[in-house]
Amino acid sequence: MVSAVFHSPREAALEAAAAAKAAPVVVAAKPVEPRAPRQPFDWRGLWLQIIPPVLGLALMVGIWALLTMKGGAFPTPAATFEAAVKLFADPFYSKGPNDQGIGWNILFSLQRVALGFGLAALVGIPLGFMIGRFGFLNRMLSPLISLLKPVSPLAWLPIGLLVFKSANPAAIWTIFICSIWPMVVNTAVGVQRVPQDYLNVARVLSLSEWKVMTRILFPAVLPYMLTGVRLSVGTAWLVIVAAEMLTGGVGIGFWVWDEWNNLNVQHIIIAIFVIGIVGLALEQLLMAVARRFSFDD
Amino acid sequence: MQSNPAFIDVQAVEMVFSTRKGSFHALRDIHLQVQQGEFITLIGHSGCGKSTLLNLIAGLLLPTSGLLLCDKREIAAPGPERAVVFQNHSLLPWLTCFANVHLAVERVFGARESKAQLDARTQAALELVGMGHAAQKRPHEISGGMKQRIGIARALAMEPKVLLMDEPFGALDALTRAKLQDELLKIVARTRSTVVMVTHDVDEAVLLSDRIVMMTNGPAATIGEILSVDLPRPRDRVALAEDPTYVHARKSVIEFLYSRHAHVEKAA
Repeated sequence: MVSAVFHSPREAALEAAAAAKAAPVVVAAKPVEPRAPRQPFDWRGLWLQIIPPVLGLALMVGIWALLTMKGGAFPTPAATFEAAVKLFADPFYSKGPNDQGIGWNILFSLQRVALGFGLAALVGIPLGFMIGRFGFLNRMLSPLISLLKPVSPLAWLPIGLLVFKSANPAAIWTIFICSIWPMVVNTAVGVQRVPQDYLNVARVLSLSEWKVMTRILFPAVLPYMLTGVRLSVGTAWLVIVAAEMLTGGVGIGFWVWDEWNNLNVQHIIIAIFVIGIVGLALEQLLMAVARRFSFDD
Repeated sequence: MQSNPAFIDVQAVEMVFSTRKGSFHALRDIHLQVQQGEFITLIGHSGCGKSTLLNLIAGLLLPTSGLLLCDKREIAAPGPERAVVFQNHSLLPWLTCFANVHLAVERVFGARESKAQLDARTQAALELVGMGHAAQKRPHEISGGMKQRIGIARALAMEPKVLLMDEPFGALDALTRAKLQDELLKIVARTRSTVVMVTHDVDEAVLLSDRIVMMTNGPAATIGEILSVDLPRPRDRVALAEDPTYVHARKSVIEFLYSRHAHVEKAA
């Protein structure tokens, strides 16, 4: 019937009349379930899905190529691509502590993020639950959180260095302290927004505190919590580059700084893309987890 | 009605809410006795405190002064012996229908019965409301009427002494509502439950109730009148439509609501 849209109204009317005439015959002859006509592949939809992002990317590369046409310090897209091919040909080489493949650098950064972020989740989520559940704690800690949340990650680094007297724990500490806030705040908000109806159900059934926690609070808060986790991972990945630039060691942030010292601008641009892609992948991964646990009422 | 002591006894209850804008006197001087097995509806205009009264009986609220007794014991907190069917069904969206009912069954009978018995009870409650087929569905996969049935199943599965219903059919379309009313009548006839139900639907009140408690308008609302509906059970909505007792009861309630206690829109 949708196809009628593409015909002229007169044709459509004729078709409808024909269908009306034919319909009773068809019903009488074939009382079997009508099989759904096979949907033609949605080329148009695919086209609209793919073209705009590709166009955006092409535009960026085009402008980049135009601007670097005359030469200079900034590498052209082609030169960068060549460097990338060379770089990714052997991502896991290791020639001493200061010269390792990009794969190792990414993995080391991811490990720091996982540690810092994992610790933050371990502390932040229970803390968020408690802040959401107990008004006193909320009023006690809210001003502190508001005060500490906007502090730049780099301001935390010296504290870490002072306390841990070592670069690696200091970087992890910085990630911890910067990625904890979204999880605390979102979990607390989630707990506060658990619909009163669900809590009334719990009260009428007089469920035990454990049952309230596992059957009502936790599932109700989970979507909020996952939003917090998602924001936190994003923050952690933002912070790692800055922290590693200052602390050194193997990691994508230090790698960027090292390449800057070598004046290898192609590699810096590649690093920017790699950081972006890894961040995007982390985000998508957590989005998928969040979708898995969302209950649409 | 026998003269045995009331099953639910509400004595001189006052309810004052303290809000940010000052205190709000919701209920004043409420006296109500409900016998075992009785079906009572609370009717009144919105804002008259009928839901507040129900929540007081449920124990979700505590009165400012006065006393509420259920089976000779003071109502100090909510409990599974006073099951509540909430207006918006309040099913937990992350649990299947079965698990929603099972949560209640487990709480009430979990200590005494085996797992198989609990499962059987849950399934029986679902069958009772005609929802056995939807046991493994999530609440968002079924219609509003079906959700409300599950809500009723959850309440009935606890074998409560009292069934408290807060406008259980308010959000449903007229046809679904009529169907569920008929089913509720059958279920209550079978289980002989004591029911207190809040409604704003006159026909629903007359069809279901043994007595209709009519409330005056708030603030400081109270019970204006209590009407006994002396219609034999089982009741049939079609036959009742022309029954003089039904028509008379209906007229009394309408007269109370619209002539004597017409809802005055707040002037201020």
